[in-house]
Amino acid sequence: MSRIVVQEDRCKGCLLCTTVCPVDIIVQSDRFNVSGYKVAEVPEADADKCIGCASCALICPDVAIKVYKTPKKKGGK
Amino acid sequence: MIELNEKLVFDRPESVIDRPTHYCPGCHHGIAHRLIGELLDEMGLAEKTLLASSIGCSVFLYNYLNVDAVESPHGRAPAVATGMKRARPDKFVFTYQGDGDLASIGMAEIMHAANRGEKICVVFVNNTVYGMTGGQMAPTTLIGQSTTTTPNGRCQTHDGSPIRMTEIMATLGGVAYAARGSLDNVKNIRQAKKYLKKAFEFQTNETGFGFVELLSGCPTNWKMTPLQANERLQNEMIPYFPLGVYKDVSEDGGVC
Amino acid sequence: MSKQPERIFVKGNEAISRGALAAKCKCFFGYPITPQNDIPEFMSTHMIKAGGDFVQAESEVAAANMLLGAAAAGIRSMTSSSSPGMSLKQEAISYMAGSEVPAVIVNINRGGPGLGDIGPSQGDYYQSTRGGGHGDYRHFTLAPGNVQEAYDLTIKAFDIAFKHRTPVLILGDAILGQMKEPITPWEPEAVDEEGGRDWALTGRTDGREKRLIKSLFLAEGSLAGQNKHLQEKYDSWQDLAECEEFECEDADLIICAYGSIGRIAKSAVRKFRKEGKKVGLFRPITLYPFPNEQLRALADQGKRFLTIEHNMGQMVDDVRLAIRMVADSDFYPIYPGNLPTPDELEEPILNCLEGK
Repeated sequence: MSRIVVQEDRCKGCLLCTTVCPVDIIVQSDRFNVSGYKVAEVPEADADKCIGCASCALICPDVAIKVYKTPKKKGGK
Repeated sequence: MIELNEKLVFDRPESVIDRPTHYCPGCHHGIAHRLIGELLDEMGLAEKTLLASSIGCSVFLYNYLNVDAVESPHGRAPAVATGMKRARPDKFVFTYQGDGDLASIGMAEIMHAANRGEKICVVFVNNTVYGMTGGQMAPTTLIGQSTTTTPNGRCQTHDGSPIRMTEIMATLGGVAYAARGSLDNVKNIRQAKKYLKKAFEFQTNETGFGFVELLSGCPTNWKMTPLQANERLQNEMIPYFPLGVYKDVSEDGGVC
Repeated sequence: MSKQPERIFVKGNEAISRGALAAKCKCFFGYPITPQNDIPEFMSTHMIKAGGDFVQAESEVAAANMLLGAAAAGIRSMTSSSSPGMSLKQEAISYMAGSEVPAVIVNINRGGPGLGDIGPSQGDYYQSTRGGGHGDYRHFTLAPGNVQEAYDLTIKAFDIAFKHRTPVLILGDAILGQMKEPITPWEPEAVDEEGGRDWALTGRTDGREKRLIKSLFLAEGSLAGQNKHLQEKYDSWQDLAECEEFECEDADLIICAYGSIGRIAKSAVRKFRKEGKKVGLFRPITLYPFPNEQLRALADQGKRFLTIEHNMGQMVDDVRLAIRMVADSDFYPIYPGNLPTPDELEEPILNCLEGK
């Protein structure tokens, strides 16, 4: 599986990442960061849908998204 | 749930300093910075890079890139970069300029640095507005676009027409490479990086002057949300400023 | 070892160019304007021969900013111009002063204001000594009085620039620039061509910390701190002020004049001395820092002063400031547009001597 980590103190809530996610799992949370921005997140229920494409990270103007990917195991998911 | 063999496949490039930027939410400068940082790392240029920064929102680029830098007066970065490159020809020298800086007050400097074929790179961020000073009309402001100095919209007969810099650059003998990209979506961002890489290579292989224009959003001064700004970029800017490579001497035989 | 002394017969402009090459200047950025054209013309071939680089810029604005770039990279660099072009260079000079970049700038002063003429003038004294651009700054200003001194002071200018991390201005005029005289060129020993190794932009080679050369100070208190730092630097230069005192010891009247006018005034002083008249010459060589203490010492001896300039009265302000507690100075202007002669200076000097 893959996942993203949003560095919340850097996120400015611009939501550009939400427009490019091919599986449409990034949303604006209800949390404000120290700068007063409502940060982007992947709700836990959708976490396993991430395909690790890094589109969100590519468009993030604040380099606030890290992307992790787990190589597929042989013969399985 | 973290799996043990997972790999970090996307992270901040080393050349981009780990600190918050002063840019507004949705501003595309940060994307351009990151693309440059990635290329400096991938091409092994960071330790030989000298940056001539400009005036405008991007003046603080020197706080975000981990390279030697000098602050240039408004519009003069191509002249400052010329001086640096002539003084230290073995270094990698680039400027990073906005549309007011490059296409208005700095028009003479960009034209002649390009025409001399200085072996430098120029990254030109075009968001059709003076950002730092509060959203005044820029030389690239579109006809009808409302700014703080064209509150009723830019009028062609009164204010002139938006300047297409990449097309102009392509006509100059010293220019080895001129391309226009956009930072509005993933495909265009990937393409923009390829343009930047090509321009950088034209310096590292000592061919000539490389110019890359990057269409960018300025949600604050356009008085839009970042998502609306991206739509404007796609629907209004790209049709007037078409994307693509306008000159590439590796395809037509080089500059003299 | 220095080379064997040889004599060459050159214009002031060429002497400045040769002095720069002797000082291991490696980049020159120029733009055509009379009467300084001999400098970029000379440099266009000789700088390349010397292993440096020459660029004919698109404007004086660009030339000065190229200078900023090359000098920020730690390379000994120079530009030159004449008065209208100097107005355009002030932007970059302010940035160089503000970000402490060492460079040498030459102004072969011509008549003004506006386009003026291409003849000699000292009309740029204020611009040259007050920080000609925006903001609070000063830079060294050296005023050679003859062609040999033009050569010597150009070599010195590079050392001052790098020692104090400042732009240095060499202020000549159309007389000095266009006049040919025999000079003895010399090579300075042990020029440190990497004089900026602690601050210059050379790339983060070997992973050193990045370097930043800037004049923007936005954080609270930081610009005030920078201005204080700069002012302390300028104050520390006062001890380095230089002047020529000629026949001053027993003089009743001291003529204060610099550059070409200083030289013409010297001829007048010689003539009066032959007639037994007690006249001396005080010729500032550094216009900034101005030789206040040397002048004040003469004023303390009860001498009288007459300032003569090829302008409508600019250096006389500095003369009066230097001696204000004990004396005053009369002033005689040579209007820019007129060519001064020693004879022309006799009457005002005589009038002063006789207390008219």
